[in-house]
Amino acid sequence: MLLQFGYANDLKQGGNMNKSKISIHELKLWYDKNQALHGIDLQIAEKKITSFIGPSGCGKSTLLRCLNRMNDHISNCRIEGKVLIDNQDIYDPNVDVVQLRSHIGMVFQKPNPFPKSIYENVAYAPRIHGIASSGDDMDELVENVLKKASLWKEVKDKLHQPGTALSGGQQQRLCIARTIAVKPEVILMDEPCSALDPIASAKIEELMDELKKEYTIIIVTHSMQQAARVSDFTAFFYMGNLVEFGNTGNIFTKPQQQQTEDYITGRFG
Amino acid sequence: MNKIVSNKALKRRYRKEKIFKGAAIFALLLAASFLVFFFSNMIGKGVSAFSQAEILVDVHYSESSMKSYRKAVDKPYRKIVSRGWLRTLPMYMEDNPEVMGTTRQEWVLATADVDQYLKGYPNRLKDKHKQYIDKLQEEGKLKLAFNTGFFTRGDSKMAELAGIKSAVIGSILVLLVTLAVALPIGVMTAIYLEEFAPDNRLTQLVEVNINNLAAIPSILFGLLGLAIFINFFGVPRSSALVGGLTLALMTLPVIIITTRAALRAVPNSIREAAYGLGASRWQAVFHHVLPLAFPGILTGTIIGLAQAMGETAPLLVIGMMAYIPDSPTGFTDAATVLPAQIFTWAGESIRAYEERTAAAILVLVTILLSMNAFAIWLRKRFETRW
Repeated sequence: MLLQFGYANDLKQGGNMNKSKISIHELKLWYDKNQALHGIDLQIAEKKITSFIGPSGCGKSTLLRCLNRMNDHISNCRIEGKVLIDNQDIYDPNVDVVQLRSHIGMVFQKPNPFPKSIYENVAYAPRIHGIASSGDDMDELVENVLKKASLWKEVKDKLHQPGTALSGGQQQRLCIARTIAVKPEVILMDEPCSALDPIASAKIEELMDELKKEYTIIIVTHSMQQAARVSDFTAFFYMGNLVEFGNTGNIFTKPQQQQTEDYITGRFG
Repeated sequence: MNKIVSNKALKRRYRKEKIFKGAAIFALLLAASFLVFFFSNMIGKGVSAFSQAEILVDVHYSESSMKSYRKAVDKPYRKIVSRGWLRTLPMYMEDNPEVMGTTRQEWVLATADVDQYLKGYPNRLKDKHKQYIDKLQEEGKLKLAFNTGFFTRGDSKMAELAGIKSAVIGSILVLLVTLAVALPIGVMTAIYLEEFAPDNRLTQLVEVNINNLAAIPSILFGLLGLAIFINFFGVPRSSALVGGLTLALMTLPVIIITTRAALRAVPNSIREAAYGLGASRWQAVFHHVLPLAFPGILTGTIIGLAQAMGETAPLLVIGMMAYIPDSPTGFTDAATVLPAQIFTWAGESIRAYEERTAAAILVLVTILLSMNAFAIWLRKRFETRW
C-alpha cells in the first residue's frame, strides 16, 4: 500500500501523467527450492528510465530477466504471478517468446557482440525477424541504427571489421545498436557499464538519455551514482523483496525506509 | 633475524621438492627414450625398403616368351630376375602388340634375395649367383633404385613386388565411410545433448553410456559389426563399407565428447545475446554457437579419424585382415587397411618383408602425425578470442 501511495505521490509531484508500460503483479520466483523473488509488485513508466538497485543477490537481475523471459532457459526455475506489458501477460501460453524478445531488447553486463562484422552484428536481428532484407534497405537501417547509438562516426569506415575488435565501450554501444535495430519498445540493461571505464560509461549514460525519448528503459546497476544520474524512477531491492520504489530524487534524498537509507549511504551492501 | 636463516625443516622441504623434480624429469626422459628408440629402430629398418634392386637385362618380346615367360630373359638371369615381374610380361605384350618381336635392354626388378644381398642382409643365394651378381655390379648392370613399386603396387607373395597401394586405398575408403557416418550422427547427438536436451535422468543415463563407450575395448566393436552389419544387414564381408561402419561405431563417442566440449567452450554470453535479440534456440545454435565451435569439432573429428585409421583389432573380426593384391575399386570390394597390412607382413617368414613392414609403419606413422599436426594447426588458426 505504501508503495502504491509513494508512486502515486511521485506522479502528482512530477505533474505529468506517466503512462504505465509494464506492470508486475505478485511475481514470485524459485530456483529449485530457493525463493529468489517474494511477490514483487511494480509499475514501470513508459519512456522513462527506471533503475533497479540493491546489494548482490537481492534479485534485481532475476527480476529484469523475468521481463523478457530469459529465465525460460534455466531448467529448474519456476515463476508465479503476472507480468503485463501493455496489458498483455507475457507468461500467457499464447505469447511467443521470440516475438516477445523482439519487443523487449536486452543489453548484458559484459559487452557480447557476435564475433562477426559490425554490420552483421546490427543486421542479424532485423534479418531473422524479417524487418529488412539485405541490400540498400539493410544498409540504410544499419546506418540509422548506428547513428542512433552514436557509434556511426567511429565505425563508418570499418563496418566490415569484426565487432569484437572495438573497445569495450564501443562494443557495448554496438550491443545497444544491435538491440534497437528491431525497434523494441523496452530495453533491459543488466549492469551495462560495470565492465567499462568512467568515460565509456558516461557515453552510455548520455546515449540512454537520448534513447528514452523513444524507449522505455530499465537498468540494473551497482553504481548508485549512476542510478541517481540517469534514472527517473528507482527501485531498491533487498533479499528478493522490493523495499522501496519511487521518484529517483526522493529515493536518494528522503528515503522512506531505514534499509534504503542504510544502503544508499553506504552502511551496507 | 634468526627466523629467516634456513633451518632443518626448511631444508627437508627443499630436498623433497628436488627429489620430486628429479623423478619427474627421469620419467620424462624414459618416455622420450622409448620414443627415440622406436623411431630410430623403425627408420633404421624401414629406410632400406624405399630402394629396390634392379638389373639391366635384354628382354625378348617374342612368341616363345608369350608361351613361357621365363624365356624372356637369357638363362643366367632367370634365377635373379623377379619371377613375379616376368609373369606380368605376357599380359604386357597382349596390351602392347607393337613390342612383339623386339629385344630391349631394360632395368627390371631383381628377386628379393638379390635385393637383400645388395643391402647386406641374410639371403638364400647360392655362392655362384653371388659371384655373378658381384660381376654384374662391377659392370654397372645392377643398382639400387628408388622403390616406386612400393607405392604403386598392392600386396604380393613375392616380396620384391609387394606394395602398400591397395592397403592405402582401403584405408582411405574405410575412413570416408567412417567420416560420412560418424561426423553427422556424432555432431547432431552432441548438439542435442548440449543445447536442447533437458537435464533429466534419461539424458544423464545417455551421457554416462556415451562416456563408457569411449572406453570399450575396440575388438568388441568388431564383434558388434560382425553381428549387426554382416550377419543381420548382409553387408559384404571384408569390404570397406563394413569396416567403415564398424570404425564409425568406435569413433562416435570420441566425436560426441569433443563436439560437446567445443560447444561448451562457446561462452554463454553469445547464446544470451542471440536469445536477447529474439533468436530461437535453433537459430542461436546454428547461426552463432556452431560456427564458433566448428574448429573444435573439426579437431576432434580428425583425432577420432586418426585413431580409427590406426585401429586393427575390430577389423580382424570382420575379415579385413586379408591378402588383397588388387586395389578395391568400390566400397563393397574386399579391402584391407594399412595397419592390417603391417600385421600381415609382420607375420611373414621371408626376410625381405621385415623392411617392408618397417617402411609401412613409417608411412602410417607419417600419415597419423600429419593428421594430428593438421588438427593442431586448425585449432591454432581458428582460435577465437572474446
